[in-house]
Amino acid sequence: MDLGFVIEKSAIILVIFAITMLIALYSTFGERVFASYFQDRLGPNRAGPGGLLQPLADGVKMFTKEDFIPETPNKFLFIFGPFLFMTTALITSSVIPWGDTLTLFGREVKLQAADINVAILFVFGVVSIGVYGIMLGGWASNNKFSLLGAVRASSQMISYEVAMGLSIIAVLMMTGTLSLRGIVEQQHGFIDWSGNIPWFSWNVFKQPVAFIIFLVCAFAETNRTPFDLPECESELVGGYHTEYSSMKLGFYLFAEYINMFISSALISLLFFGGFNYPGMDWVAHNLGGNLATLVGVGVMFTKTLFGIFFYMWVRWTVPRFRYDQLMNLGWKILIPLAILNILITGFVIILNGN
Amino acid sequence: MADFKSLSLSGRKKDVSDKDMTFMEKLYLPAIAKGMGITLRHFFKPKVTIQYPEQKREFSPIFRGRHILMRDENGAERCTACGLCALSCPAEAITMTSSERKKGEEHLYREEKYADTYEINMLRCIFCGLCEEACPKEAIFLTQDMAPADYKREGFIYGKEKLVMKMEDIKSNTK
Repeated sequence: MDLGFVIEKSAIILVIFAITMLIALYSTFGERVFASYFQDRLGPNRAGPGGLLQPLADGVKMFTKEDFIPETPNKFLFIFGPFLFMTTALITSSVIPWGDTLTLFGREVKLQAADINVAILFVFGVVSIGVYGIMLGGWASNNKFSLLGAVRASSQMISYEVAMGLSIIAVLMMTGTLSLRGIVEQQHGFIDWSGNIPWFSWNVFKQPVAFIIFLVCAFAETNRTPFDLPECESELVGGYHTEYSSMKLGFYLFAEYINMFISSALISLLFFGGFNYPGMDWVAHNLGGNLATLVGVGVMFTKTLFGIFFYMWVRWTVPRFRYDQLMNLGWKILIPLAILNILITGFVIILNGN
Repeated sequence: MADFKSLSLSGRKKDVSDKDMTFMEKLYLPAIAKGMGITLRHFFKPKVTIQYPEQKREFSPIFRGRHILMRDENGAERCTACGLCALSCPAEAITMTSSERKKGEEHLYREEKYADTYEINMLRCIFCGLCEEACPKEAIFLTQDMAPADYKREGFIYGKEKLVMKMEDIKSNTK
């Protein structure tokens, strides 16, 4: 391992960390502004120009609040919960390819912290650990509502992880690789001319059912409306973070936004071609590879940010599901549908192969 | 006998039915897409927010806010402490004591008798405007302003220092 490699990876990790934090920070602001716009209001616009300093004000508020720890036999787990939730939320971003390769100082730099060949498996594994953060926090709070929220969260996330995994299997059968970079590179450009019939190269056009199942499950996994039962204010006070205050609460809320950002990035990678865009070959040929890559990074972030906007858009449109409806949807509709999708995909692959 | 089942006073009555949903309705996604279209339309609608300290909602011209005791065009107080306003007040919010005008005070008080103290309890006042109607000297009026909030109850008992019109406003005194 040479020094250049270490510097390159450190720089990428730092930049990704900073960008993730920044986007999560401004997602909290965006949520409030978009929420008010959907409700014909203006939203926060007092702190700084257009309210742009609002996240800082919120952060200062969070830090200066009393850090209360309730009467609980598990003080360590109470503190460990938000830490774990935040860590798992951040770890996922390490395998996400944010762009193609840049050529800098004679080095081929992949814009990705770690290009591992089982990236999707890694993401699913880390996301599953994320349940522990909620579980430990809710349980260690020594509070009925927190416990109920935590139980709801864990059962919801476990049930929807099944459907999510099954929906991805159909995509994986088609791509034949678990590497996120590999999947993205297969969706090159916008229209694929190589086959018998020219067809869009993005997976959303090849696997629309898998996309819808994945989208619904992503909403459930990130505990966003219409599946925000773990923290529904009208029933459970605040759900698993009822007893939390100050920056520990801030970590929970913040990690939720990071999760949202990461899952939007995943959706854009798996289904919307990630850093691919129409006419990228033309740009690469005429303006140089580095510029094409930078445009690709911009496209990737645009797709991801639109994903975050979509999360907020859905939040102010669809009302919350009841718990039995949630379980019915997960087990009786999404999972059979995902299995059916796998079968059909398999048939199509066999037919094409012959 | 009237047919009460079909009677609709608002003209917007709808019969409720619990028919089985069709397949398209069971899919939910078209309905959700329609709903998202509605929310997106609201996203681009002009906003109804009034940004308070800079913008203020316009009151009706007959809005009855906090009171003002008028001065005449020479700056002398019009009130003669007749007590009709206190008498007419249904909430008994107004109290006053009267004094006789002395020599050399003609520029301060228009009439020979004037209100030495004049207090309105803004917590009692119901802003009905009967004092304004009762006043024979056109001395008390209800303005477009609100009575601002205060930390103590005592702060809501407005004396003459808060009620009497400011000297610099005399020019605009055309009422």
